[in-house]
Amino acid sequence: MAPKELSIAITGAGGAGVISVGELLLQAWAREGGRGLLRKAFGPQIRGGESAALLKLTETERYTAASEYNVLLAFDWNNFARFGDEICLSPGAVVICEDAGDIPAEVMAVEPRLIRLPMSKLAAATHADGRVNMFALGLLGQLLGLTADSLEQLARQKLINKPESYREAAGACIQSGVAQTLSCEVSVPDCGTKGGWYLSGNQAAGLGALEAGIRFVAAYPITPASDVLEWMAGGLEALGGNLVQAEDELAAINMIIGAAFGGVPSFTATSGPGLALMTESIGLAVASETPITILNVMRGGPSTGIPTKSEQSDLNIALHGLHGDAPHLVLAPLDIADCVYTSAWAVHLAQGLQTAAIVLSDQFIGQSTAVVSEPERCDPLVVAEQANDNDYLRYRLTDSGVSTLAAPGDADQRFTADGLEHNEKGTPSARDDDHQLQLAKRSRKLTEHDYGDAWARIEGEGEVALVGFGSASAAIAEAAELLAEQGIAARTISLRLIAPLQQQKLQAALDGCDSAFVIEQNHGGQLFHYLRGMMDFSQPLHRYSRAGPLPLSGKAIAAAVIQESRS
Amino acid sequence: MNQIASAKPKDYKSAVKPIWCPGCGHFSVLNAITKAFAGLGIDKDDTVLVSGIGCSSRLPAYVDSYGFHGVHGRGLAIAQGLKVARPDLTVIALGGDGDGFSIGGNHFIHACRRNVNMTYIAMDNEVYGMTKGQASPTTAADWDHSKLTPHGPGVRPFKPAALALASGAPWIARGYSGNPNQMARLIAEAIEHPGFSFVHVLSQCITFCPEQTDWKAVVNERDEPALADADEAARMFLHENGFQTGVLYNAARSVWPPEQVELQSADITEGFRL
Repeated sequence: MAPKELSIAITGAGGAGVISVGELLLQAWAREGGRGLLRKAFGPQIRGGESAALLKLTETERYTAASEYNVLLAFDWNNFARFGDEICLSPGAVVICEDAGDIPAEVMAVEPRLIRLPMSKLAAATHADGRVNMFALGLLGQLLGLTADSLEQLARQKLINKPESYREAAGACIQSGVAQTLSCEVSVPDCGTKGGWYLSGNQAAGLGALEAGIRFVAAYPITPASDVLEWMAGGLEALGGNLVQAEDELAAINMIIGAAFGGVPSFTATSGPGLALMTESIGLAVASETPITILNVMRGGPSTGIPTKSEQSDLNIALHGLHGDAPHLVLAPLDIADCVYTSAWAVHLAQGLQTAAIVLSDQFIGQSTAVVSEPERCDPLVVAEQANDNDYLRYRLTDSGVSTLAAPGDADQRFTADGLEHNEKGTPSARDDDHQLQLAKRSRKLTEHDYGDAWARIEGEGEVALVGFGSASAAIAEAAELLAEQGIAARTISLRLIAPLQQQKLQAALDGCDSAFVIEQNHGGQLFHYLRGMMDFSQPLHRYSRAGPLPLSGKAIAAAVIQESRS
Repeated sequence: MNQIASAKPKDYKSAVKPIWCPGCGHFSVLNAITKAFAGLGIDKDDTVLVSGIGCSSRLPAYVDSYGFHGVHGRGLAIAQGLKVARPDLTVIALGGDGDGFSIGGNHFIHACRRNVNMTYIAMDNEVYGMTKGQASPTTAADWDHSKLTPHGPGVRPFKPAALALASGAPWIARGYSGNPNQMARLIAEAIEHPGFSFVHVLSQCITFCPEQTDWKAVVNERDEPALADADEAARMFLHENGFQTGVLYNAARSVWPPEQVELQSADITEGFRL
């Protein structure tokens, strides 16, 4: 019987081409109708550090990090050792390595099936420009039953801008790798229907934003969000928009506010430290009712923290980081493919409700690439905007809270947008009534909007509810499956809209559950405390929060739920 | 459209009454801006004044155009985002010396370097007025009128024109609040200059720096054409007394971003499909 999943770790020095092997292998696998996830793990160095491509080939598209690896390809053992706590081998794992040098005791402890070959020498003997990573790709391709031609074609495509000799060398090394006689076999998960998409969460988030109409991006590089901005640079060029590389995050956020004031839907992407710098001006967008969308790809914090690893510890700053009473939107994608939907929804909401939307993605979702079905798309928003009858009042007090947004160039609707409190016309005002009314207006437009069913993804029926967001969503789905095997039925609730919190809908989703667990990847239980503060629960609310850098594990979550249920 | 062939300066004033001290130099800057607008017959609907925070940054509300009164120090960033996204608009950023050269200093040097087609008017009174009289980056080292720095800031002031030149600004002028007619001409020229045009205005604060009323004795109008050579301009900006007014530097530089070529609509999802 085919296994449900097969996990492969490829480790080596940064810059050795480890990630390319992972990408090409997964793409070739996907061409056969296979499903899978590629997670990239790096040390903090760009070159000379360690690098790992962590592949998980699966039957379904529910992508969590692998808890153990069935195949390891180690280009050397020093770099493998640096992933000690991240790569756990399964008993009898297939280990492919050079034929010289000692294999670490912890690897030997799993009684691996060894494939030892002089990989570097064989690659060099195959072609003058031969590289060991392409030879290794051939070996792994053979294990998975992929053809050399398919791998070679993908490799040639990837090297399209390199000299022909590189492409030749890659092709020859792949052919040679596939042709080696291997001493063992692995069984692979069943493949599904061919087709679908292959992309990263960061690309998906950029795509969703552009499809929702974003035509201006201001960018300041930061790990792990830079690749969103890099992908959007090309996309905007194709669509006729603009991207400005800003001098810092303070400039980036204000540039998008300026462009949005000009009527052009605007966006930026950042991570924790950048979000912290942006918060003052996100408040300006809220007060001046200028629509902007910020994608925050979370990494380990606080401060510089662990920039290359995933965490969900920016929820507090996203929810509460603005000074004053500054209601805004906070959303989170459910998975890699859903980054398209959630990012687009955030843009539509920000534009329609004339406020700031923060999308909390994370490094796991953002920088992993996966094979997915064509992503679901988000329809544009219908907002009850109230027309001005006579003279234009930018901040008119309407029932919906939404007032007509003019842009420069519109005839006779001139106004000055202001971060100072203002009256309906926009004139600065420190009057009590103006402050109360404008605060209520800005709050009302968010609370009165009907967000429909998109606020969360709810699956399963059961006595236990598991609540999470972002990359915790896949982990709780996995935990629910494991709990079912133990006879505990669980319902999973993955929040897509975190603020404004949909209390009544969440309460209804929890109906019939005897207890609820809030699952999140941070130390302080940020979502747990937020939910506790925002609503009353009719069932006991438990907390499972574990900070990065290791991904959340469905197994550990299930164990925690079982332990709590028994106590 | 609100392009007025026979526009008068007062047509560009809004109904909001300025909140400035009597005798403030900023009244004169406001008058110069509306005079420049009238002279150019500028379209109110296609013009945006963007500012940060400070006494001078309140100015956009006093002009009948579109405006954005942002947060402290970030007016230039807002203005550049707006102009890049909407190249059809006339965009003018303005603010004070604390806003532009201290908290917003990084945006100032990068705006000079970037050379987006817009105008920046820095109203320099060498003091933080709105917070009641603290030293700014252009305050003299021995100015001891502030409780915050009772012995004076003790550090040498910035020379904004030299800073702009070193950062790549292609067009630099200096005006004086005591000469609004000249200032109006400078602002009109700045608006028409293709690229980033920097108007440094000596705008007196008689409340916290009453000694600035003495400026009128030292201000002198430059009677030579603007320098086009950066080496010469650098020497001039480092050695002048800072009270020379007029267009001081004008060199050709290509504007950013370059005009976009017409594009075919592209399928941005193509690369993702297996």
